[in-house]
Amino acid sequence: MATLTEPTPAIELSKDEILRYSRHLIIPEVGVDGQKKLKAARVLCIGAGGLGAPVGLYLAAAGVGTLGMVDFDTVDFTNLQRQVIHGTSDVGRPKLESAQATLSEINPNVRLVPHPVRLSSENALEIFRDYDLVVDGTDNFPTRYLVNDACVLTGVPNVYASIFRFEGQASVLALSGGPCYRCWYPEPPPPGLVPSCAEGGVLGVLPGIMGTIQAMEAIKLILGIGTPLKNRVLLFDALQLRFRELKLRQNPDCPVCGAHPTIRELIDYQEFCGIRGEAAEPEPPAGDEVTPRELQAWRQRGRPVFVLDVREPHEVQIAAIPDTTLIPLGELPRRLNELQPDRETVVYCRSGQRSARAVRHLRQAGFTKVWNLKGGILAWADEVDPSLPRY
Amino acid sequence: MVMAVTVHIPTALRAYTDRRESVETEGGSVGEVLQQLTAAHPPLRPHLFTPDGRLRSFVNIYLNDEDIRYTGRESTPVKPGDSLSIVPAVAGGR
Ligand SMILES: [Zn+2]
Repeated sequence: MATLTEPTPAIELSKDEILRYSRHLIIPEVGVDGQKKLKAARVLCIGAGGLGAPVGLYLAAAGVGTLGMVDFDTVDFTNLQRQVIHGTSDVGRPKLESAQATLSEINPNVRLVPHPVRLSSENALEIFRDYDLVVDGTDNFPTRYLVNDACVLTGVPNVYASIFRFEGQASVLALSGGPCYRCWYPEPPPPGLVPSCAEGGVLGVLPGIMGTIQAMEAIKLILGIGTPLKNRVLLFDALQLRFRELKLRQNPDCPVCGAHPTIRELIDYQEFCGIRGEAAEPEPPAGDEVTPRELQAWRQRGRPVFVLDVREPHEVQIAAIPDTTLIPLGELPRRLNELQPDRETVVYCRSGQRSARAVRHLRQAGFTKVWNLKGGILAWADEVDPSLPRY
Repeated sequence: MVMAVTVHIPTALRAYTDRRESVETEGGSVGEVLQQLTAAHPPLRPHLFTPDGRLRSFVNIYLNDEDIRYTGRESTPVKPGDSLSIVPAVAGGR
C-alpha cells in the first residue's frame, strides 16, 4: 500500500536517535527509511484519556515526529485507574500539560502540539488539515461523528477504537476510500440508551489494550507495512479473552462518504445525536436538587460528578445507579473524610428524603457543590433506566 | 427446519440475559432467531426492536462476520452452528 508520508531529504536521524531507535532500525520492514517516515509523520490524537494515554506513550516512544493532542479537560482522581499518561501529582492539572510532561520525558525528540480546545464543527477541519492521521480516543457520540465526518471531508484516515466495561471495538476508517463510521452506524443511539464510561465503568486495562492496537495500526499506516484494519472491525471481549473480526463495507448510500453525499460540511452533532434543549454544557442548578435527566446529561458529557448513595447495603442489592459510592446516612457524619468537599457531588436514596438530609449535613460541613437527586432512584428508574427494579 | 444458533450478547445487554455472553437459540432465519431470543429474554426486546417491531437502526446484527444489512436483513437464512452477533454502537474512550 502507499505510505502516508514520504521522508523528505531534510529528515535525518541524529546519532542519538539512531541509538534510541536501534531496535526499530534492525527490523527490515522499518529500517532507517521507516524511522524517517515516523519522524516525518504528523499524528493527531483526539483525547488524552484512556485510549489517548497508550496511543500517546507508544507513538512518542516510537519516534512519531509530530504528535498533536486535543483535550480541554483536567486530570481527575477517577482518571488514574486507566489514564496511565497522568500521575497522582497531576490531579487538577490540564490533561494536555500533564501528558506533555510525560511524553517529553519519554522522548524529547517529538514535537508535541497541544490543542487545548473542545473539538467542534468550527475548529475540527482547520486542526485536522495539519495532520496525516487521526487517532480517535473520544468518549461520546457527538464527537465520534464529528471526528468521522471531519476525517472524510479532509481525507485524513481515522484510527478508531472505543470501549465499554470489558469490551472494545477497533477499525481503520476513512482510509483511501474505505468505509467510515457512518457506513457502520448510520445513526447514533438516542441519548441515555448506551451508557458512557462514566456511567457504565471500564476496566482500566481495556483502554490499554485497545489504545495500543490503535498505536500499532497508526505505525503500520505510517510505514506502509502489513494489512491495515480496513474494511473490517475488530471486537475484543476481555472476559472471554476473545478477538473477533467482522466485515465492514462501504455503504454506497452513506451520507458522508457514499456516492451521493448529503453531508458536505460539518453539522451540529449535539442535535444529530439528540442532545438538544440542554445547553452544550449545562450549568449546575442554583437550587438544592438535580433531576435524573440532568445527572444523566452530565455523565454523558463525561463530567466527573461524584454520586453518593446514602441508602442501606441491602437496598443496593435490589437496585443501584451505576458508578456510585455507598455511605449509609447513619454513617455519613463519621465518614466525611472519605469525601472531597470541593468535588461536585450528587446524593441519592430511594425517594429523595434521606438524601435531602444528607445534602443539608454536607453543606453544613462545608461542601459547596452538592445536590440532592430529585425523587431518588425511583425517579431515576422512571426517567433514565426503566429496567431498574422498583422497591 | 429448526436449527441451533449461538447468539453473542454484548456487555451492555448482558444484564438482560442473566449475564450470559452467549445464548443458544433456534430459528431458520435471522428474524426467527431474534424473535426466539427476545421471547426467552423479554427485557432484551426494547433494546433491539422499536415498539412497532422494526430492528433499531443503531444496533448492528452480524451473521458470522457479515452485516445482515447486506445479506437480506432479518430474512437472511441461518445454518446450524452459525453465530449471530449483536453489536451496538459504543462510544467510550476516556
Ligand atoms: Zn461512510
